[in-house]
Formats: sequence, C-alpha cells, structure tokens
Amino acid sequence: MIDQYTLKMVKKDRRWKGIYTFCGFFIIILTVAIGVFLILKGSDTFVKAHHSVFEFLFSSDWSPSDSVGDDSGSIGSLVYICGSLMTCGLALLFCIPLAVCSAVFLSEIAPKFGEKFFRPAIEIYVGIPSVVYGWIGLTVLVPFIANVFHAKMGGFSVLAAAIVLTVMIFPTITTVAADAIKNVPQGYREAAYGMGSTRWQVIRHVVLPAAFPGIATGVILGLARAIGEALAVAMVIGKTRSFPKNILSPTNNLTAAIAADMGNTANGGLHNMALWSMALLLYLISILLIFIIHRMSRKGKNA
Amino acid sequence: MNKQNESLYKHARATDCAMTGIFGAVGIFMVAFLILLTGYIIINGFRGFMPEMLSTGQNGILNQLFNTIYLVILSLLISVPLGIGAGVYLAEYSRPGKLLDFLEISIESLSSLPSIVIGLFGYLVFILMTGMKWNLFAGALAVSILSLPLITTETNSAIRSLPPEYKEGSLATGATLAQTIRHVLIPAAMPQILTGVIMAAGRGFGEAAALLYTSGQSTVINWSNWNTTSPTCPLNPFRTGETLSLHIWVLRTEGSLNPNSEAIAGFASAVLVILTLCVSVITRRLSDSIRNKNQKGK
Repeated sequence: MIDQYTLKMVKKDRRWKGIYTFCGFFIIILTVAIGVFLILKGSDTFVKAHHSVFEFLFSSDWSPSDSVGDDSGSIGSLVYICGSLMTCGLALLFCIPLAVCSAVFLSEIAPKFGEKFFRPAIEIYVGIPSVVYGWIGLTVLVPFIANVFHAKMGGFSVLAAAIVLTVMIFPTITTVAADAIKNVPQGYREAAYGMGSTRWQVIRHVVLPAAFPGIATGVILGLARAIGEALAVAMVIGKTRSFPKNILSPTNNLTAAIAADMGNTANGGLHNMALWSMALLLYLISILLIFIIHRMSRKGKNA
Repeated sequence: MNKQNESLYKHARATDCAMTGIFGAVGIFMVAFLILLTGYIIINGFRGFMPEMLSTGQNGILNQLFNTIYLVILSLLISVPLGIGAGVYLAEYSRPGKLLDFLEISIESLSSLPSIVIGLFGYLVFILMTGMKWNLFAGALAVSILSLPLITTETNSAIRSLPPEYKEGSLATGATLAQTIRHVLIPAAMPQILTGVIMAAGRGFGEAAALLYTSGQSTVINWSNWNTTSPTCPLNPFRTGETLSLHIWVLRTEGSLNPNSEAIAGFASAVLVILTLCVSVITRRLSDSIRNKNQKGK
C-alpha cells in the first residue's frame, strides 16, 4: 500500500527528472537554433539577392550597396577571407614552436617549476580579456612595428595581428600539448633511456611522436580561437580593403569587417546581408574545426 | 670505446645540452614575458590614474564597471540554473547513445564557437527579432550562452567524481533520486560547481565581442533615478549598458574627442586584468582545497 506521501515524492521525482532533462535538451536546442538562424540569415545573399557563392568566396571585388531593396553591387570577400587565413597561418607559424618548446619544458625538463609557476601563469594568460590584448597591441606593438620596420601604415599590419593572435593562442596550445606529453606512458621513456638515449633523443624520437595527436588537437583548438578572434585583431589590422603586399602592410579580415560594419549598415541591404554571410562562413569554419577535434579526441579515447 | 663511438657519444651529449638550453630558454622567456605583460598593463594603467576616473562622469569608469558586474550577475542568474540542470542530466539521467553523443558535441561546439558568432546570434534573436534597442538583458543572454557549457561540464564532472557511497547511502534511506540529487549530490559537488561559476564570471567580465551588438556601446545612467522602468535607471536591465571591456574598444576611436581616452582605457585594462587575476586566484584556491579534501578522504 503506497501512502500519500510516497506518491507525492514519486511525482516530485518525475517532475525533477523532467526539469533536468529539459536543461540537457535545452543545450541541444540552443546549438541547433544558433546554426539554423545563422544559416537562414547568412543565405539571404544567395537566396534573396541572387549572388553566387562563387563570387562571395573567390572574387575580391567588394562594393555592395547599402540600401534596402537594391541588390546591385558586388560582394567578393576574398580580401577578408585571405586576411583571416594569413593572420591565423602566421600566428600558428610563430606559436607552434614556442608552445611546443614550452610544453616540453614544463612537462619533461622542469616539471616541478612547471606545475608550480608555469601552469598558474598560463591560466592568467587565458583569463586576460581579448580587448586588453588588442589595446596593448594598439598602444605598444603597433608603434613598435612602425619604428623598427618603418612600416608605411604606421605599424597597422598583418604582422601585428599575427603577434597579438600568437600571444592569445599560446596558452591553449601549450596546455593541451603539455597534457598530451604528460600522458605518454612512462614506460616509453624508460625503455628509450635504458637503451642509452639522451633526453633530447627521448623527446625527439619517443615523446613527441607519441604525443603528436594531442599536440595536433591543441593546434586546431588554437586555430579555432584565432580565426574567431574579433576585437583584438580589428584593433591592429588596419582595416584596409586590399590584399597585403607583405606582412608589414595592413589588410582586413572577416571578424574585423563584421565587428566594424554590422551596426552601420541598413538591415536588409546587400552590404548587411554579405556581412551575415561572412558570419555564416565563420560559423561553418568553426564547426568544421570543432568536428575535427571531436573526431581526433574520439580516436584518442579508443586507442 | 673506439674513436667513432666516442665522437658519436660526444655529439649526442652536446645536442642534448643545446636542446635542453633551447627548451629552457623558450620556457623561461614565455613566463618572463607573461609576468612583464601583466605587470606592464597594471603599472601603466595606474600611472595614468586620475581621481576622476573613479567617478561616473565622462572620464570615469564606474558606470561601466557597474554595468559589467550587473551584466555578469544577470547572465549567471540564467546560466547557473540551466547549466547545473544540464550537468545533472549528463551525470545522472543520460544514457549512452546517439542523443548523448549529440549533446556532447553540442556542448563542445557551444564552448568553442567564436564569441562574435554568439554575439551575432544574440543580436539577431534578442534585438532584431524582438525589435528592442540594444540592452543589458540581451547582452546577459548572449554571455549566458557562452558560460553555459563551462558550468555544465564542471557540474557533470563534479557529480561524477563523487564517491558512489554518497548516492547509494542516500538512496538506501529511501530518498528518491531527485531528493538525493538536491540534498546530497549537488551540495557535495558545490565547491567544484562554484569553480565553474567563478570561471564563467571571469569570462563574462572580459567578454566584448559578444556584447558589441547586444548590450550596446553607450551608457546613460542617472544615479538618482530608481524607477526601474525608466531608461536611465541603473537597475533597469532593458537599457543600453556598455561594459568595461567594450569601453576600451569604444575609447580606441575617441582619441580626438577626449584627450584622456588613452589613460582611461589603460586604467580600465588594469582594472580588468586585476579582476581576472582575482578570479584565477580564487578558482585555484578552490580547486586546491577540493584536491586536498579528496586526497584526505582516500
């Protein structure tokens, strides 16, 4: 015989289960909603205004009209796409050696110092807001580049953006790489040392190859952060709509264009639509990177 | 040992020394760089300090600081219940399968989507579709999307790392699963959940790209107006509210309008860095104490 109180508790239990399940499902709904809304809004350029995807991706001719109903003009965003890819590529080029060396240092060479000082220090790095990085880039790095390299546009350049990004993605790559190196089984190292290897030989021929998937995951995570970084890059890139002649010349990128122009364009005009398409492109790139990371970590778990 | 072997051995030793030197140099350089950078931001910020910066006037940052804290509190009010609920679902109710896979990839993508993309989603849904002007509440919603995955994963791992006896003991006394979760599991997991919440708050303090088109880039507050429906009342969540980090972004272009803008932005940066330093010290303390407690238990 179930009494009234138990019945009430069972009902309550069911209700709470419903609430928790809703919270879980809410995350799925939210993620799907973000994708759906961005795809709907970002595809207006191609569906409503009848511009081709090919033009958007591979033309550098950018002169969209800003009035609602007038869909003339061109929306070639190649300059912005190139700007994003160049700054991120350069940042990875700078960052990977630094981050991998630091990761090796903090997990293989000086583990005690690494755990006591290096990791907390890196945590602070992660916490510093991106606008502050941008501000330091603007007030310190840009004048520095202008003085040292005599850059024409006063230091606003691909190089400045890449350096700011390097500093921003350094902690991501370093912590993930350090964890990967730490997870290499101790037996691997001992076997190599037992054969008379020096520490460098162990690191180069045993530890780094074994930790490679983890390091690659860190690099892609860093890339995902770099490609989506908006304000810090926008502050130092110079926002000039032309292909950079070299790394000292200014250019523009996807995030900076969106951040600068989204509020100044008429909602529903072609310019605004093209900006939403850029946001969609950014979203698709990030989703692709997230998917790659997911696959890699899944593989790592199964192995 | 013959001559060839000896030179090989010497060579290996020399490379080993050289590479250790390089790793050490890079590692120490990066730590030194970080300390210098943080120190520079703080010292440079306070060098340009003027008393009027601590006011609500044109040169002051108090309004922005208030907006930042208010917005973070609003966003936590939304994301903490949802995040804890979702974390509990993951830890206690979910069953392995396609659905769980999808939920996991959802959390992953929410936590690594660029904040400007989240901000644009917020702009589209909370501003354009509702027809409202830029407001603090929309900004808080955007920031809560950013902090939701963090709180969820922390709650999930906190509950999963509790000893199974907690749950078994409670269930054995006849408590329902919901009672067990509410009165045993969540309180026991609280320190780690709190770590997640503080980390989320830290992220909220510095967030700017997601707020650019949601909470707005200006602030008009009348501190003697406490009518919450008025657009100048500090507590009205439906007014535009520029946060500290957005203030730095706005000041960047205002050098010609306000000669002090560089000093103000420097000081605002210093305040933000000090805030994030506090956050990371607190989370570190918390997670250290959790680790110590767990080790004692064993």
